[in-house]
Amino acid sequence: MSSHAAPAAAGSPPSRYFVPDPSVWPFILTAGLFTVIVGVWGFLEHKQFPIALPIYAGAAVSIYIIFRWLRGVSLESEHGKYNLQVDGTYRMAMAWFIFSEVMFFGAFFGALWYAREMSIPWLSGEGTKMATHLALWPGFENIWPNNGPMELNGHFETVGAWGLPFVNTLLLLTSGVTITMAHHALKENHRLSTILWMWATVGLGVAFLICQAYEYHHAYEGLNLKLASGIYGSTFFMLTGFHGMHVTLGTIMLIIITCRLMAGHFKPDSHFGFEGVAWYWHFVDVVWIGLFVFVYVL
Amino acid sequence: MASHDHAHDDHAHGHDDHHHGPEKGIMRWIKTTNHKDLGTLYLIFSFTMFFIGGLMSLVIRAELWHPGLQFVDPEFFNQMTTLHALVMIFGGVMPGFTGLANWMVPMMVGASDMALPRVNNWGFWILPFAFTLLLSTLFMPGGGPAGGWTMYPPLVLQTGEGFPFLIFAIHLMGISSITGAINVVVTVLNLRAPGMTLLKMPLFCWTWLITAYLLIATMPVLAGAVTMLLTDKYFATSFFTASGGGDPVMFQHIFWFFGHPEVYILILPAFGVVSTIIPTFARKTLFGYDSMVYATASIAFLSFIVWAHHMFTVGMPLAGELFFMFSTMLIAVPTGVKVFNWIATMWRGSMTFETPMLFAIAFVFLFSIGGFSGLMLAIAPVDFQYHDTYFVVAHFHYVLVPGAVFSIIAAVYYWIPKWTGVMYNEFWGKVHFWLSAIFINVTFFPQHFSGLAGMQRRVPDYAVQFVDFNMISTIGAFVFFIAQFIFIFNMIACMARKGQKASDRVWEGAHGLEWTVPSPAPYHTFEDPPRIGDAELAAVHDSGAGYSDHKH
Repeated sequence: MSSHAAPAAAGSPPSRYFVPDPSVWPFILTAGLFTVIVGVWGFLEHKQFPIALPIYAGAAVSIYIIFRWLRGVSLESEHGKYNLQVDGTYRMAMAWFIFSEVMFFGAFFGALWYAREMSIPWLSGEGTKMATHLALWPGFENIWPNNGPMELNGHFETVGAWGLPFVNTLLLLTSGVTITMAHHALKENHRLSTILWMWATVGLGVAFLICQAYEYHHAYEGLNLKLASGIYGSTFFMLTGFHGMHVTLGTIMLIIITCRLMAGHFKPDSHFGFEGVAWYWHFVDVVWIGLFVFVYVL
Repeated sequence: MASHDHAHDDHAHGHDDHHHGPEKGIMRWIKTTNHKDLGTLYLIFSFTMFFIGGLMSLVIRAELWHPGLQFVDPEFFNQMTTLHALVMIFGGVMPGFTGLANWMVPMMVGASDMALPRVNNWGFWILPFAFTLLLSTLFMPGGGPAGGWTMYPPLVLQTGEGFPFLIFAIHLMGISSITGAINVVVTVLNLRAPGMTLLKMPLFCWTWLITAYLLIATMPVLAGAVTMLLTDKYFATSFFTASGGGDPVMFQHIFWFFGHPEVYILILPAFGVVSTIIPTFARKTLFGYDSMVYATASIAFLSFIVWAHHMFTVGMPLAGELFFMFSTMLIAVPTGVKVFNWIATMWRGSMTFETPMLFAIAFVFLFSIGGFSGLMLAIAPVDFQYHDTYFVVAHFHYVLVPGAVFSIIAAVYYWIPKWTGVMYNEFWGKVHFWLSAIFINVTFFPQHFSGLAGMQRRVPDYAVQFVDFNMISTIGAFVFFIAQFIFIFNMIACMARKGQKASDRVWEGAHGLEWTVPSPAPYHTFEDPPRIGDAELAAVHDSGAGYSDHKH
């Protein structure tokens, strides 16, 4: 088990399995999420009870538990309870989790491609669908962007790729570089340099989010591009929206990791918490490249 | 969490990460990070859901006793068909297999626990909350979902106030499945004892590894699909609305991209169970171990490129019909390899027929019947006739009940002496088997005929010529359901430690690390990675030689 080339992490002997203590956090986390769901249900179904209460209370409990849980894991790590095998466990788990996230985005990219390659052409009479086309919406053309034969939510314009979205692309690509610089500095034990590169990464992430928020505002107010703008609005906002949520989460994770660096956590040869967040950040970066190409440029 | 109760720390080494016996009372089960506790919870949850889903199926069968309407109104009937499927798939079979994985995978690979025990706890405790959401829809204005478990829009968007609960319940089940799957993958890949290479693992670990991969790849896609349903209903998106440029059929594509791999999620662990039980009672090593692994992997790969065979009648281009027809028929090849290997394992074996073996053999026979009807359904022009008839119902119940469910039952009979230290009652086990095997066929075999003759599924009324088949079917369903109580009482007796004490090896022909530890297995099986004997590994694998000089 311990024949890896990498240096062994401090702590219990690598031959011994690590097993954590019983924990009540997962149960409370689920209860918190359940409470949020009940509140969101009340919001969606226009219920009279004060829906904000379960949403905020449930979210507060969930966030607190996640914080406590991750804090516990960080302390276990800092106290040297993890051997190389546990390190491998976290690496694999994070990689597979990111794979599941990729597949989640895959569903929405699939919807975008299906709309552009199948449903819009078919509605315009392509292939064997001419009779339906003539009977239902004879004037409908296969163009993109498109909000459907009923032109839902009326005329709209799209966000040009080479304005703000291009700036955002540069911001995220640069942040991929800065976090790599931070990683190299950490491996060479230049802590101040690491922390500075990390704050630069956080700054770039926040700048991205500000640009994205501005772009949404502009789309809604200036371009009449809304979530309700047919299939274009649906795919545009769901893809960029879920990506933005992931960037937000990633930025929070970056901030936490940076604070841990400032508190003296991590060692040049043992810092998976850092690397896991870096992987996640590269993942949101790559998803953005996909978005930039398929949502904005093409 | 970091706090630690040192009062019981009687271990000589006194490691901080050393772990003690279980806590007392309800908090033991809420807080537990132990794979055996969680495996037990998963299995109890699974059988509770089998009971609830079974009651729903009895409502369906009672209503279909006669043509015309007798007990329930059509809307409630459709809620029953929809929830029966969701409860059985996501609440019964999947947690059942996860429970088996929790119990057995760490013991089989020589680990102390699952790789991520706290996440493991989370994965389980999500489930009761998720099914509280799902089942509470029955009591809400508009009732439960009634558009079928596949949730096709636009019909499903007409669900009443419970609709968000349906969606969020699916989200939670997805989180649960993914956490469970990541745990299995990491346990298998990272915690195997020294010397146990991948191709020396028990086959159950292999099939679960591949199942876990399918879960991680497809559950997020389902989450995406139902999220689109939610935004289409409440936030005016147009994913599945033609007037906005979307397409209801798009949902079917995304759903079945999840749904077909899901079919194999429900059966691959069963293959692993059967591949474990048959060699034990044939007293031979599994025939064609490597080909079993490759066949499982091939099935998993093919499962991603066959999804539209569920949609042959939806109006796809001809090229699509042909592609999905042929790719589907290809699956018969690796599946045939497996069935052949099981039979070859039994060939000239010193066979005995204890209850787990009976269920495993019934699996091979009856799953194959379901496989053959699946092959018929794969033929696109023929499927035009079969689509949405009881022939389809008969097909998937043959692969799911005498397939997946029989394998879970077989696995529980097989391993419960190891879990509890007590043998189950063999006589009542055999009675349970024969009642189950006979009446599952009484239930579902006639549905082939009524389906081929044109009886539609998901309709509470039917033409009068189908009445005989339906009466037979209903009788079968009720007896099958009642017969399961024999199983429940048999297992409760084991859990109450009433019965003959089981030996460590339990079965004469059993091989693998789990049989090298005492019965019942200690709370923490392997605190240090065990040394695996050559004989133990060689017996799992068919190479016939010690694992160090493996040759073909």
